[in-house]
Amino acid sequence: MSELAVRLRTQLGTFRLDVDFVAPGRGITALFGPSGAGKTSVLRCAAGLERASEGLLSLNGVCWQDEARGLFVPAHRRAIGYVFQETSLFAHLSVRGNLEYGWKRTAAGERRIVFEQAVEWLRLGPLLDRGPENLSGGERQRVAIARALLTSPELLLLDEPLSALDEEAKAEILPYLERLHRELLVPAVYVSHALDDVIRLADYIVLLDAGKVREHGPLAALLTRVDLPIARGDAAGSIVEATAVEHEAAFHLTQLEFDGGRLTVPGQLPIGARVRVHIAARDVSVALAPPAPSSVLNTLPARVIDVTAHALGTATVRLAVGSATLLARITEKSVAALELASGQTVYVQIKSLALLR
Amino acid sequence: MSDADWLAVWLTLKLAAVTTVVLLVIGTPIAWWLARTRSRLKQPIAALVAMPLVLPPTVLGFYLLLFLGPNGPAGALATSFGFGTLAFTFTGLVIGSVVYSLPFVVQPVHNAFEAIGRRPLEVAETLRASSWDRFFTVALPLARPGLLTATVLGFAHTVGEFGVVLMIGGAIPGQTKVLSVAVYEHVEALEYLHAHALSAGMIVFAFTVLLALYAINRRMEPLR
Repeated sequence: MSELAVRLRTQLGTFRLDVDFVAPGRGITALFGPSGAGKTSVLRCAAGLERASEGLLSLNGVCWQDEARGLFVPAHRRAIGYVFQETSLFAHLSVRGNLEYGWKRTAAGERRIVFEQAVEWLRLGPLLDRGPENLSGGERQRVAIARALLTSPELLLLDEPLSALDEEAKAEILPYLERLHRELLVPAVYVSHALDDVIRLADYIVLLDAGKVREHGPLAALLTRVDLPIARGDAAGSIVEATAVEHEAAFHLTQLEFDGGRLTVPGQLPIGARVRVHIAARDVSVALAPPAPSSVLNTLPARVIDVTAHALGTATVRLAVGSATLLARITEKSVAALELASGQTVYVQIKSLALLR
Repeated sequence: MSDADWLAVWLTLKLAAVTTVVLLVIGTPIAWWLARTRSRLKQPIAALVAMPLVLPPTVLGFYLLLFLGPNGPAGALATSFGFGTLAFTFTGLVIGSVVYSLPFVVQPVHNAFEAIGRRPLEVAETLRASSWDRFFTVALPLARPGLLTATVLGFAHTVGEFGVVLMIGGAIPGQTKVLSVAVYEHVEALEYLHAHALSAGMIVFAFTVLLALYAINRRMEPLR
């Protein structure tokens, strides 16, 4: 039973939280929504820092809260690691003291992460004897992540760990989080209101709005759902998971393969590497015939799934490319000119794509 | 200075030390409770703790005398256990001093606990620390500046008390005759030279203590 089941109903001051979802018990699940949607409240309830009056929480068969049975496991007895939004290091302890705090309180038999490994992983070696006041924002957050990992959690809860950081520090932390996702098999719940971060990190996404779950599902599927706000907004796009298969050394390019064809990206990725590519809807154009050679490298055959018109003369076309779904944001005039309809075979040209990891 | 004066100095320091220890043991939990509770009793209890700040020491001393005396509840209890009355004893003096100096210990510690906020304790909770563990390994160390201030203030305030001592302690040498009372008696007896020696010493002590306090607070600031 590899799943995270969350059912919470509670009144927090004037805010009503009423959520119910089941997410996979592995990978990163993003709680995504505007501020005030209740993302942090869900996380705090999951941690046991807040007690929902009606609640059922379980991870991979282990129940942490079941109010029907009067069961509530206090936070310090839950196998969770929590990374708070802002710096939350203990000011009276050194970096080492902070790391050891949870480590010492984790029974030796339950430890799955070696102290030195966590230190090495987040490159904290040179910082160990410093005090938290002598660290940069990014360094502090790295310590906080390592500190949470050192309790060998079954579930990692990340409450907008990047939001208090500037762009530079954010860029410093993101690779660690990606690595966490790739190499460490600890499932995580990641709270964010930044779509960029979610697209980069998440596998599963729970859309929250005003204390309720609007929708939840695998990231790739939800990004291309035109009935949801993400696919209607300017940041609409889709993701494709692909494998690096071939280098074009002369041009400094790498070819990626997925079941819809091949994509060419700049740079030399290690062959065999699994990568995630984000393709913005506005960077995709649609042609009826195979396009004449052009400067656009990535052209793939596709099938039109459907066309959704928006206000202001634009439309979003959903396209099936292999098992992947791409979005194309084009004008209604183009839709009419090409007479696009469901089931039609077309060619997509991808002007640019972002390599996420 | 005469032997009697030295005895008074020694007694004063002993009283202040014992009182401070008792105050920290009693005052820290009260401060913790005040900082964390959402109970309606918070305001009344806080007001009660602060009362010695505004009451004349004689008022406090008067009721303490009744409370500790042979017919008072505490005095009667002590007598029934064979300790005799508490009024005019060192123990009685400690009890009086604890009540009198309570706000000087509770308030700085209370402020320090409030300044910590909930977050560090929540962090500790997610790091597997039980509530006692959190209190001793996070709350107390982070409240260290407040605890230091409380220790110094509690000690110094007890050294400087007079009214309460006079009401419940009298002036039994070696038992209840503390420095402030000794000064009072010297002045009454027109022994100005003795009064000077004790008073000047007291002034130097007070200045040193406060100076140390401010220096400590300054040094501690980055911790907050």
